Amino acid sequence: MEENKAVLETRNLGITFGGLKALEGVHFRLHEKEIIGLIGPNGAGKTTVFNLLTDVYYPTNGEIELEGNNIVGKKTYQITQNGIARTFQNIRLFKDVTVLDNVKTAMTSRMKYSVLSGIFRLPSYRREEKEISDQAHALLEVLGLNDKAYELAKNLPYGQQRKLEIARALATSPKVLLLDEPAAGMNPTETKELMESIRLIRDKFGLSILLIEHDMSFVMGICEHIVVLDYGRVIAEGTPEEIRRDPKVIAAYLGGE
Amino acid sequence: MSKQRKLSYLFSALWVAVLFAAIMGAVATGVIGSYYSGILVLIGINIILAVSLNLVTGFLGQLVLGHAGFMSVGAYSAALFTMNSGLPLSAAFPLGLLFGGLVAAVFGVIIGIPALRLRGDYLAIITLGFGEIIRVLILAVDFTGGAAGLTGIPRPSGQYTLIAYTFVIAALTVVAILAFIRSRHGRAVIAIREDEIAAEASGINTTYYKLLAFVVAAFFAGVAGGIYAHHVGVLDPSKFDFNYSVEILIMVVLGGMGSITGSVCSATVLTLLPEMLRSFSDKRMLIYSLVLIIVMLFKPSGLLGTHEFSIRKIIGKICDKKQKKQPAGGAPGKEA
Amino acid sequence: MDFLVQIINGLGLGSIYALVALGYSMVYGIIQLINFAHGDIIMVGGYAVFVAMVQLGLPLWVAVILSIAVCTLLGVIIERLAYHRLLVKNAPRLSLLITAIGVSIFLQNLFQLGFSSSAQSMPVMFPSKVITLGSIQLSFSTVLNILTSVAMMILLVIIVNKSKMGKAMRATSEDAGAAKLMGINTNSTIAFTFAIGSALAAVGAVLYCNTFHQITPYMGGMLGLKAFVAAVLGGIGNIPGAMLGGYILGVAESLTIAAGGSQISDAVVFGILILVLLVKPAGLLGKNVQEKV
Repeated sequence: MEENKAVLETRNLGITFGGLKALEGVHFRLHEKEIIGLIGPNGAGKTTVFNLLTDVYYPTNGEIELEGNNIVGKKTYQITQNGIARTFQNIRLFKDVTVLDNVKTAMTSRMKYSVLSGIFRLPSYRREEKEISDQAHALLEVLGLNDKAYELAKNLPYGQQRKLEIARALATSPKVLLLDEPAAGMNPTETKELMESIRLIRDKFGLSILLIEHDMSFVMGICEHIVVLDYGRVIAEGTPEEIRRDPKVIAAYLGGE
Repeated sequence: MSKQRKLSYLFSALWVAVLFAAIMGAVATGVIGSYYSGILVLIGINIILAVSLNLVTGFLGQLVLGHAGFMSVGAYSAALFTMNSGLPLSAAFPLGLLFGGLVAAVFGVIIGIPALRLRGDYLAIITLGFGEIIRVLILAVDFTGGAAGLTGIPRPSGQYTLIAYTFVIAALTVVAILAFIRSRHGRAVIAIREDEIAAEASGINTTYYKLLAFVVAAFFAGVAGGIYAHHVGVLDPSKFDFNYSVEILIMVVLGGMGSITGSVCSATVLTLLPEMLRSFSDKRMLIYSLVLIIVMLFKPSGLLGTHEFSIRKIIGKICDKKQKKQPAGGAPGKEA
Repeated sequence: MDFLVQIINGLGLGSIYALVALGYSMVYGIIQLINFAHGDIIMVGGYAVFVAMVQLGLPLWVAVILSIAVCTLLGVIIERLAYHRLLVKNAPRLSLLITAIGVSIFLQNLFQLGFSSSAQSMPVMFPSKVITLGSIQLSFSTVLNILTSVAMMILLVIIVNKSKMGKAMRATSEDAGAAKLMGINTNSTIAFTFAIGSALAAVGAVLYCNTFHQITPYMGGMLGLKAFVAAVLGGIGNIPGAMLGGYILGVAESLTIAAGGSQISDAVVFGILILVLLVKPAGLLGKNVQEKV
């Protein structure tokens, strides 16, 4: 496999909150169509990495490159438009909106028609809305949610809400997908299904995926490469096999529990 | 589905036309006297105000306390336009309304840019301040007539003209706002209300869409002000005070934040009520404020929540019963 | 020297804003609510003084204590009746804001009904002496305002930093959920915050009456707005910030009026708010707080 082209790369990434170094010297490379797992004990700074990648926080130092372009300093919505989409640890759907519209909303920036053509329902409105509607249904189909398209997001069961968040993230047509604990709260059968879906999505859309997860069987089962964080630093990285045997990782987890 | 949609458009247009004909007929035959046709104009104005405020407060989820301020900007701009343009009134009046709306929209941009960049409740306080300050400024400058008021605003001639204009503009406002919230722009606006961080992470430039909704609302408030100016003929800045902004807010809250139908209904009822009951008129702010608190505490969604009256849904149900085939005509909030 | 006098007069006026701003700031700090009714609590405090001194003929010190008691009670009642239910339900902030507006309008109209909308004149409360410092002549009320506001701030800082209740307040404003888990009664802490803020408002009301000599049911509106601007200017949630903001606003207004712009002095206040929000949204002494994702 040819794996020298990094889609997303961070170098020496760090952030300080009021004198406390929450992250320091974080570096990793995410290659095309690769799935990387970001693991570590609670409070290691995993979600903070996501927040830095999507400009929820501004890094104190370091660089983030998406396809060779520095994205530090870009606004969250610009980063999303440039190709990084994410889900949230504590699900943040548009609750009082239908499942279909949740997905369509994430396609907003891809659409072109003007306010006036929206108000007067001009041909450009009709054409684009039709197009987007078909795409949204297709996306929901992939995640097995299409029969719920007209339900309000808040009425979905928990597992499907997580899937809808993934669908919404995919709707921005990303190159890189960041998943924050996608399997949290799922039972073993659902987790297995989710693993299949994530692989399917990766192959179908040619995505690179960075995911945070506590479920080790999930991480070991799906990730090709794993980065381990502890106290805001990368303490190990490698294949699942290497990570499993790494004494530093074992110490961090045993010491952390 | 598409057949149902066409049918529903047809029915919607039909019943609006029937209502229009009924009102005009009633005015022509004298069933509605000049006093009541004046109230009809006020109802139309308040519908425009409530529906446009609902866009910002109900759909975007931001509190605006200076809607009457935008209305006053539109009122004075439109009045000064018709008085000074030199055009015949039949041309100057509609152009004046457009001008009033545009000037109000420009003020919306000026106010919105600093206020909307920030998360939180600053918009409420800034628009409240704006509403108060614009009044002070109107009093302080000469060309608005100052404290004495702006007099000699021409009234469109004929008993039908103003009421017809008001009806058509109010109907267009309702249609335009409904169409707006069901376009990509409207989805973005609603997403911001639901979860601003998630909206931003979905590639939505939240500042832009907030400003857009805010400016669209200011535009319509300005148009409503223009109609008001030509309806009363005399402008006095004290009319557009904080209390009026709150009255519009009450209409939105009572009807349901996020329901255009609700805004139309409550604007109609709350305009009629003080006219019908004089004793109510004196104490109405006291009663309104209590209603506001009680609604927020016990039924924050208002009377209609986010529901809309929908001909398509009704048609969908009828067709459904007849054919027992497809699921009913679409999702909540997805009808004609 | 005239310039200096205007500045000191501005500080006197600003002292009233500062006392009111403290109430906004404290409540905002603890429940993130712009308590629109706060300005109207001052109005109620003013009417309490009026009723006590003019209608009942009570001495000044009784009127002051009565006013403080009425406002404190009113603040707690408002919190209990109007806001508490929404806070417990974790309702959207928009609902809370609209409720606060409702309370504000209600108080204004209730007092208009009870006392008519025309202004009531206040009796002479403190000796209207002129104090001479070198070549500067100051009115007694200006000096009184400044000294009172400084004393109140010192008292407040001591309460917040030294007392048990103060610690509970700081903890609740930092993280209400965690404070609750640590055994802090957040309900009574919030009520206490409203009580303190309202008591300060009453002190502000007394100074207002002594400075302007008249009250109306609507006086809380503009006063409240200006005080809120002061709180934002200084950094909302920050006690010295609220004081600083109040003083700056008072001086700016005093100088505008001295320069012949009395008609637009309100507009100047508003302009300051927009400027601050553009340049330093967190206020002069405030810190940026980010939402946790």
